[in-house]
Amino acid sequence: MEPFLYDLSRPGRRGVDMPDPDVPLTPLPAEYLRDDLPLPEINETEVVRHYIRLSQKNYAVDKGFYPLGSCTMKYNPKINERMARLPGFAQIHPLQDPTTVQGAMQLMYELQQMLAEIAGLAAVSLQPAAGAHGELSGVLIMRAAQVARGQGHRHKILVPDSAHGTNPASTTMSGLTVVEIPSGADGNVDIDALKAQLDDRVVGLMITNPSTLGLFEQHIVEVCRLVHEAGGFVYGDGANLNAIMGIARPGELGIDVLHFNLHKTFSTPHGGGGPGSGPVGVTAELADFLPGPIVAQNESGEYVWKMPVRSIGRVKAFHGNFGMHVRAYTYIRMHGAEGLRRVSEDAVLNANYLQALLKQRGDYPIPYGHRFCMHEFVAQGRIAGAEGVHTLDIAKRLIDYGFHPPTIYFPLIVPEALMIEPTETETQETLDAFADALTAIAQEARTDPERLHTAPHTAPVRRLDEVRAARQPILARVPGRQPA
Amino acid sequence: MRYTPHTDADRRAMMATIGIADVAELFADVPAAYRFPQLNLPAPLTEMEIARELEALAEENTSMGQVACFLGAGAYNHFIPAVVDVVISRSEFYTAYTPYQPEISQGTLQAMFEYQSMVAALTGMDAANASHYDGATAVAEAVIMALHTHRPPRKKVLLSPVLHPQYRAVVRTYTQGMGLRILGDEQPDTDFHALAALCDEETAVVVVQNPDFLGQLHSPAEMRDLAAAVHAHGALLAVSVDPISLGLFTPPGAYGADIVTAEGQALGNSLSFGGPYLGIFAFRHDLVRRSSGRLVGETVDLDGACGYVLTLSTREQHIRRGKATSNICTNQGLNALAAAVYLAVMGKHGLRKVAELCWHKAHYAADRIAALPGYEILAPKPFFKEFVVRCPRPVAEINRFLLDEYGIIGGYDLSQDYPHLGQAMLLCVTEMNTADEIEDLVQALSEVTESHLIPLEVVF
Repeated sequence: MEPFLYDLSRPGRRGVDMPDPDVPLTPLPAEYLRDDLPLPEINETEVVRHYIRLSQKNYAVDKGFYPLGSCTMKYNPKINERMARLPGFAQIHPLQDPTTVQGAMQLMYELQQMLAEIAGLAAVSLQPAAGAHGELSGVLIMRAAQVARGQGHRHKILVPDSAHGTNPASTTMSGLTVVEIPSGADGNVDIDALKAQLDDRVVGLMITNPSTLGLFEQHIVEVCRLVHEAGGFVYGDGANLNAIMGIARPGELGIDVLHFNLHKTFSTPHGGGGPGSGPVGVTAELADFLPGPIVAQNESGEYVWKMPVRSIGRVKAFHGNFGMHVRAYTYIRMHGAEGLRRVSEDAVLNANYLQALLKQRGDYPIPYGHRFCMHEFVAQGRIAGAEGVHTLDIAKRLIDYGFHPPTIYFPLIVPEALMIEPTETETQETLDAFADALTAIAQEARTDPERLHTAPHTAPVRRLDEVRAARQPILARVPGRQPA
Repeated sequence: MRYTPHTDADRRAMMATIGIADVAELFADVPAAYRFPQLNLPAPLTEMEIARELEALAEENTSMGQVACFLGAGAYNHFIPAVVDVVISRSEFYTAYTPYQPEISQGTLQAMFEYQSMVAALTGMDAANASHYDGATAVAEAVIMALHTHRPPRKKVLLSPVLHPQYRAVVRTYTQGMGLRILGDEQPDTDFHALAALCDEETAVVVVQNPDFLGQLHSPAEMRDLAAAVHAHGALLAVSVDPISLGLFTPPGAYGADIVTAEGQALGNSLSFGGPYLGIFAFRHDLVRRSSGRLVGETVDLDGACGYVLTLSTREQHIRRGKATSNICTNQGLNALAAAVYLAVMGKHGLRKVAELCWHKAHYAADRIAALPGYEILAPKPFFKEFVVRCPRPVAEINRFLLDEYGIIGGYDLSQDYPHLGQAMLLCVTEMNTADEIEDLVQALSEVTESHLIPLEVVF
């Protein structure tokens, strides 16, 4: 048990010595000052040890396999980190005169161009800070474009039932109405259900392709055509772009707006929950609506800030998560076109290999296993002969075998879902070992289910009481105050 | 490629297991006409080559180590102890995902719980979330959270004109589909008293900044009056703060704020051309179920041992979907970790010392500039580390001179956002600015009045 940070505090200890003022002093205004500052007092050594011990309680990509579906937990190249920390990138102020930051602006400009090229779109804004932020931008773009077309009465956004929760949430935040479209038995969007909703109230469709079932939408071209014919736009959730770089360009398939997850596809680290980066790309028709400013080049070749003329506005202070732009730029430049296609091919190869192994062994149903998957696939934690065992138990037991569990209970349309995304950076040996672990767990489920119900057994803590955390929430402990 | 491990033999073996002869077969679902487009991207580079290229590109930028910086306006050059980068460079932290599996994420979860605790301590609020994207989106989320608290709905939002202009812009972007009336900032001189007078039974929330965008500190008494006026109409008060200022000054929790937001970059995060930063977001306890973003809560495991989990997730998009309090998923976790490490190592005394250094140096600089002919300090109230200087020449011209002749990055040009102030710049002085740098700045500014600029203009 690692002590709570404040428990390391002793009055009078110092973690940092700051210099004395080298200027004459100005009296402080007494009536403005706070009575007490309840921050801890800990020396540097103990602070470092506290955080290093905490770090050791984490699982991470650099420790092992992390097949968290929809999250693309690929290896994060170390050169990315070094490049983002170059003083010329890390120590520049966002409001400096553009003539003093031309290198940074060139990097952003080229990243805008390269992302547009990969997606087959005309223009990109790097401002959104995460995927959901790019989504919100994208929905606002579609809404603004409808208003500009004199179609401001349109208010429906169609969202397949397999979509990430951020899709309907972004729609609501944009003041629009979510209409859910069911998936067909083959995992594709149900075309008839789609047609039934396509009327003059539709702003657009949000589609994830490959879908969260890990399947390439076989009718994507027709789906986009139908939406366009009804006067709508098609938003592509780019969370799964890792499957299709150099395989297909969303813009050519009919997607009008797409967000990129630099922290998934382009190897920037997830940071234990962020920062991400969620640039948004659009067709030429929608380019004027992008959030901004974005980077443009003037006639003399200088990089300048430019606010798109009908921009939805600024979605963030300054220019986006630039440190993530540097990392993604590094990644793309090291791969080139062939390298990125190889990334997607190997991501899809790895997923299909693992799916094939699990199919052969037959312990876990794979509802769409008759199709080739893309970069991920969905199995079910329903083990014949072990009916009392659930996906949660299997996930927790995987921890004892040294793996991070897959995404569980998502997508919502597959009961007991185990959503498995191996990524391209894993070896065949790792995939074999993971399949072996799942097989062994299926055996245990039949012979010793209690071992699964009480898993994990080797983690820093046992299974945690999430109900208690929500019923009597304690979100902060400050000395001298009641826990709140 | 070094990051994709498969040999040709591996691929053949894997394809045999799948039952295919060529990887291309896996992509049969992609319409043939669109399959395998040729991407036009630059040729791939090795690590050695990309490093050389990016080092050259980085060299083209003027960075903090090469100049003296007096620019702030929402992003600040503060000291970052070495400890911070050591901790956030631990790949157990930076290569982990959002802690969905708490048993193997206790490092991240405990660090976030401690972050939330220190943010609560700093702001004087009951609780905090695990971060928003930045100071601007934190304000937008505060507005949306306030809207969610009102039944029947209230559609009016009041923004102070001295709330950061970019934050006000982001609030308008976020809420453009919500049919709101966003008022209060039409006249740049609307003070907090006048803002309170605009508050009525239709008003959901009043948002102010303290110290405000122009650096001015609003006293606890003034803030208490504002809170009382806002609360009298059943509206909420949201305050955007500079977290470093809270090392010295009364926290918003002590003067009646309902929601406190801040740009947290100043706490241990590098300038990084504007991001990644973090949005600090703290609130009263009774608002917790209306709050947005990830929350880490304390609980126990099967053996009764203390542990931490993500909690109250029924507010969030992955559960509540279209009815969630926000669409946010990924936040700025590693930046929040940097802020936590910064607060832990700076501690009670260090943060106060940083704030005092800012205060003394900024006031010394202001006193010296005030003594220069042609310059006027526009600071009717006390200020913290930023202040407005009215200048004898256009600010863009002065800044060009400072940079070219003295290697100084001057202040933020206020002429676009606050034209009523005239030729005014917002100067920022932190603990990083030495007495010598301040001396140089004063010297340079004095030369501007002696018409050194004219030959420069002729050259251009």
